[in-house]
Amino acid sequence: MHKRRIYSLCLRMVGSVAEAEDLTQEAFLQFHRKIATFRGESALSTWLHRLAINVVLMHLRKKGLQVTSLDEAMEPAPDQRPGRSFGAPDLFLSGAIDRLALQRAIDDLPAGYRLIFVLHDIEGYEHNEIATLLDCSIGNSKSQLHKARLKLREALRAFPHPEARR
Amino acid sequence: MSQASNQVACAAFQSNLPQLIASGEDFADHPHFKDCDVCRALLADLETIAATARQMFPIVEPPDALWEQIESAIEHEESALGRHSNAS
Repeated sequence: MHKRRIYSLCLRMVGSVAEAEDLTQEAFLQFHRKIATFRGESALSTWLHRLAINVVLMHLRKKGLQVTSLDEAMEPAPDQRPGRSFGAPDLFLSGAIDRLALQRAIDDLPAGYRLIFVLHDIEGYEHNEIATLLDCSIGNSKSQLHKARLKLREALRAFPHPEARR
Repeated sequence: MSQASNQVACAAFQSNLPQLIASGEDFADHPHFKDCDVCRALLADLETIAATARQMFPIVEPPDALWEQIESAIEHEESALGRHSNAS
């Protein structure tokens, strides 16, 4: 169960099977190395998931994404936050969403938004689980998810409609 | 309501949305939300995005070989540590 969830989280965060396998291995190796320091302040599975999330964030940082810590990931820089489009008339998302466009938009999300979106909307974690994992409040988890979805909507609106690309 | 004043009301509502959502408050009865097609469409869009993403990604099982690889890496580290402590 934990193996699958850790692997799946890594895969959804990095999008590559080979990288996901490497990150899963690194997470379990770190788990094994550090198990003696586990102080029982959280469930062992929570601790394992936190380790895995940190391994993924470190990996993304090495790849050039500006992420140095979980705190930073949870509070993206102002230029990475969703813009505002009050009263925008072209609400084209009322129909089916172009899946290719959504995949690209998810890949392009800042790491923190991607993490919360992957955890909640793709992997099905509850907000209370996310709050425990990311050491934030449930309200923060909810508002960050809202911002991540806004950012995706913004990206999808900028993406050419399938008809327009033909 | 004129388009300009409605945009101001939308701006105020949407700016406040993250806090409303964080507080867990049910904003379905919020006076602006009830009467504003734009803001209702915005929230509907966000739900559509979440629903589409849920359908897009099937459950994935890691390959069996990965666990053999991890076990082997752990054993390798343990034996290296054993050799190190024996030597010192």
